[in-house]
Amino acid sequence: MPVMTYLDAIRQGIWEEMERDPNVFLLGEDIGAYGGAFKVTAGMLEKFGEARVIDTPICESAIVGAAVGAALMGLRPVAEMQFMDFISCGFDQIVNMAAKIHYRWGPAVPLVIRGPSGAGVHGGPFHSQSNEMWFVHTPGLKVVIPATAYDAKGLIKAAIRDDNPVIFFEHKYLYRRIKEEVPEDDYTVPLGQAAVRREGRDITVITYGAMVWTALEAAAELEKEGLSLEVVDLRTLLPYDEQAVLASVRRCNKVILLHEDTRTGGMAGELAALITEKAFEDLDGPIVRVTAPDTPVPFSPPLEEYFLPNAQKVIEAARRLAEY
Amino acid sequence: MPTKLTRQQHQDLYYFLRLNRRVDEQLVALYRQGKVVGGVYSSLGQEAISVGTAYALAPQDLIGPVIRNVGAMLIRGFRPRDLFLQYMGRRDGPTGGRDANTHFGDVARGVIAPISMLGETVPVMAGIALAAKIRGENRVAVAYVGDGAMSTGPCHEGMNFAAVQKLSLLIVAENNGWAYSTPIEKQMAVRDMAERAKAYGIPAVTVDGNDALAVYAATRKALARMRRGGGPEMIECQTMRMKGHAEHDDARYVPKKVFEAWRRKDPILRYERYLIAKKLMTGDEKAAIEERIESEIRADVAFAEASPFPAPEEAARPVFA
Amino acid sequence: MRRESNKASLNPDAATLQRMLYYLKLTREAEYRIERVLYRQGKIVGGVFTSRGQEAITVGTAIQLIAGDVVTPTHRDFAAHVIRGISLQEIFCNWLGRVGAPTRGRDGGPHIGDIRRRIIAPVSPVGAWCAVACGAAMALQRQGKGNIALTFFGEGTSARGDVHEAMNLAAVMKLPVVFVCNNNAYAYSMPAEKEYAVESLAVRGPAYGMPGVSVDGNDVLAVYAASRKAIARARGGKGPSLIECRTFRMTGHSAHDAAEYVPEELKRQWKKKDPIDRFEKWLLARRIMTRAGIKALDAAIQKELDEAIAQAEASRLPEGRDTLEGVYCGPECWWGNPSVARGPQSVATH
Repeated sequence: MPVMTYLDAIRQGIWEEMERDPNVFLLGEDIGAYGGAFKVTAGMLEKFGEARVIDTPICESAIVGAAVGAALMGLRPVAEMQFMDFISCGFDQIVNMAAKIHYRWGPAVPLVIRGPSGAGVHGGPFHSQSNEMWFVHTPGLKVVIPATAYDAKGLIKAAIRDDNPVIFFEHKYLYRRIKEEVPEDDYTVPLGQAAVRREGRDITVITYGAMVWTALEAAAELEKEGLSLEVVDLRTLLPYDEQAVLASVRRCNKVILLHEDTRTGGMAGELAALITEKAFEDLDGPIVRVTAPDTPVPFSPPLEEYFLPNAQKVIEAARRLAEY
Repeated sequence: MPTKLTRQQHQDLYYFLRLNRRVDEQLVALYRQGKVVGGVYSSLGQEAISVGTAYALAPQDLIGPVIRNVGAMLIRGFRPRDLFLQYMGRRDGPTGGRDANTHFGDVARGVIAPISMLGETVPVMAGIALAAKIRGENRVAVAYVGDGAMSTGPCHEGMNFAAVQKLSLLIVAENNGWAYSTPIEKQMAVRDMAERAKAYGIPAVTVDGNDALAVYAATRKALARMRRGGGPEMIECQTMRMKGHAEHDDARYVPKKVFEAWRRKDPILRYERYLIAKKLMTGDEKAAIEERIESEIRADVAFAEASPFPAPEEAARPVFA
Repeated sequence: MRRESNKASLNPDAATLQRMLYYLKLTREAEYRIERVLYRQGKIVGGVFTSRGQEAITVGTAIQLIAGDVVTPTHRDFAAHVIRGISLQEIFCNWLGRVGAPTRGRDGGPHIGDIRRRIIAPVSPVGAWCAVACGAAMALQRQGKGNIALTFFGEGTSARGDVHEAMNLAAVMKLPVVFVCNNNAYAYSMPAEKEYAVESLAVRGPAYGMPGVSVDGNDVLAVYAASRKAIARARGGKGPSLIECRTFRMTGHSAHDAAEYVPEELKRQWKKKDPIDRFEKWLLARRIMTRAGIKALDAAIQKELDEAIAQAEASRLPEGRDTLEGVYCGPECWWGNPSVARGPQSVATH
């Protein structure tokens, strides 16, 4: 089985879907001749041709809008945002066109909007955002964030086959930093299902994206102190796997909600409300959030480091929670 | 080229052109030394546009530069150290390390910081021109727009608004042939960016962006019309982006002979030859300017390198005014 | 009537001309029922937008669509729906928020879509659909059967970034799109000179590298002739065009707007140029219709409307909890896109 980076796994997944279904096509800026700013689509223009790998002008709104139109006609577009930060330039098309068409007048809008998101690479305020919650807050969309190379391939394939508009956040920090064995065959990972990355007894850390690795790092360290952390990777934020979240809370009775996104309006708030509503009796301590502060993502390394959650912050939160 | 520049002004222009290029070269050097945080976006070959336009402005005017308009920012009073500090993410840079590269500004110096989302400075600069109109101030707002930015919705909305409101908005349409790897023919189906101005009823001219004096003269003309209440203007400056999108991009998608042809039209060499030929600058004066630039660069690099990184807690400073 | 329409009349045959009159009158009468009857009776709630005075624009263009073409109408393109086969009953159901409506009560009034009939429903952020039309056109271009996407927008909408991005994209990719601008002189209370600073929006065409023309939007034959050319261009793979149709909005922005900001004199002047009166006179003069025929047509339209409205009024309102359904498209998409491919298939043909 080949070992692949997270980026190559995504690339592989897209490639396979392009081969499998002639209705799948790609559009975005610099994705063809250049192979994409991160080379996710490298080689695809040569293999699949100009009609299916379209280099567009700078027009995120038209990129998304055109993806909607093509999807209504039975194609399955995969639109790239060069950085997911630029998704705001196409915001209206996503939330008012793509998200609401099926609900309002019936047809499916099978499209995927994908791109690199997240911080930790000195990208500054406009190349580092985690803006998934804009879309988690929009009924009609699905929001997917893989944390492993295996999932990245399986989930992009599933997203492309899904008949709903899927916003697919790839974490740019993970692109080339993680790799694992990824099967060459045609497998998918289901949307809407979380995965337990590490089983534990004392505290569960519920998280997604690059923070899954941060949680695992913290868990390994805390093991030495006899504190057993469970790590749950949500994988899909909308619709999220309520059952998996509640089951984990019932097993561990203490919970840390971890995300790289900023605090207010982040996924942790949503999960905290759910847990209190449905698993209050199972809690042996307060729900703890470890998140970025409510600021734009700063550029300079010490500022960004302060901004980002890290293993140490998780460890300290876990130790405090263990006291209860 | 009929201009009303004095000898000193000609040499000032030369100074800023050279300074722009040296700052650029120094940034690349710092990048290669691993001292830059993030990417370096060069303005190589495009200096005459930033410098030629900005030099023509009055102190009360404002600019909305983008990533390759370092020269304009220098003319407005920023120093090479500001660029070095920004690119290296240091505390004493204009944003204290919060944002990168040319994403800085100062309303007092008439510079509105860009964001990465291209085209979005246009409505903002239109708004600045609107404020000036409301207050009866004689101010021009300048928006720098690349060929890629012109495809964006915000650029359209800003230009149309300025036209309807007859605002003193100058659009400097910088046509450098490429938006990352996207060549102009994939960006638009007309030949010149100036064609777009007709959609709004905005007068436009197209000039050689590698001719500093042509850029300067066109700007002066446009400013004069705007100050008489003529409404927005566009100056399309045609040039070439002489490197990739950023230092990490080797621009292999650009045919080599395109670079070669444009190298022969280097704006700084042209201007230098012109000044020497017209006896507007002697060899000694040129050397003095270059020496002055070198010592500025040396001092500013040293200052920037010695400058501390910001304290981590600065990241959580309150976001509200 | 001017010379252009005399020449243009060589194109539409008598049957088409009669159909055009039918759709013009049907639009006028149906919208009268919507705005002046049902709305006033309190049976229609929400925003009521009609196309009074602008009917010729929709009819003159949409009448030329063939099977497989796509249309993205605005809230003032009533005729586009009926021309493409939406029944009057379905339209009134939509206005009345009934279960049998194309949107099952989830969206109101003119926000009608039906993918099987290739009608893409508008949204309230105007102009957003122009980019969607481009995407549909990409699919049509691929299919290579000469189908086109017809997209409408107002002169106010022309100020939006979405329209700009769509026109540029269509021009660069030579998409088979026909952009029709309904310049009805007012965008809510904004007169046209506050929306753009050029004489005519036709100049927007060449600014993107596509042809742009301006026609009298109250002359259905002039609209027909101009759009015939643009449609032929698009079908022939030559790319997009822009047609500005100059007209006047004979109502307020919506039913609740008395449009006091519009000078009375303007309303009076434009009333004299009513597109339906003009066309009727033209048809009578050429004996393509008779007075008796028109009278019979008027009566038939009233009867059609009576029936459709009665059926719609008698039909079921949705249950409150119906709200929760259909957020996602599952394996059995209701009124789903029959051409959505679920596996390896050849390019959808339909």
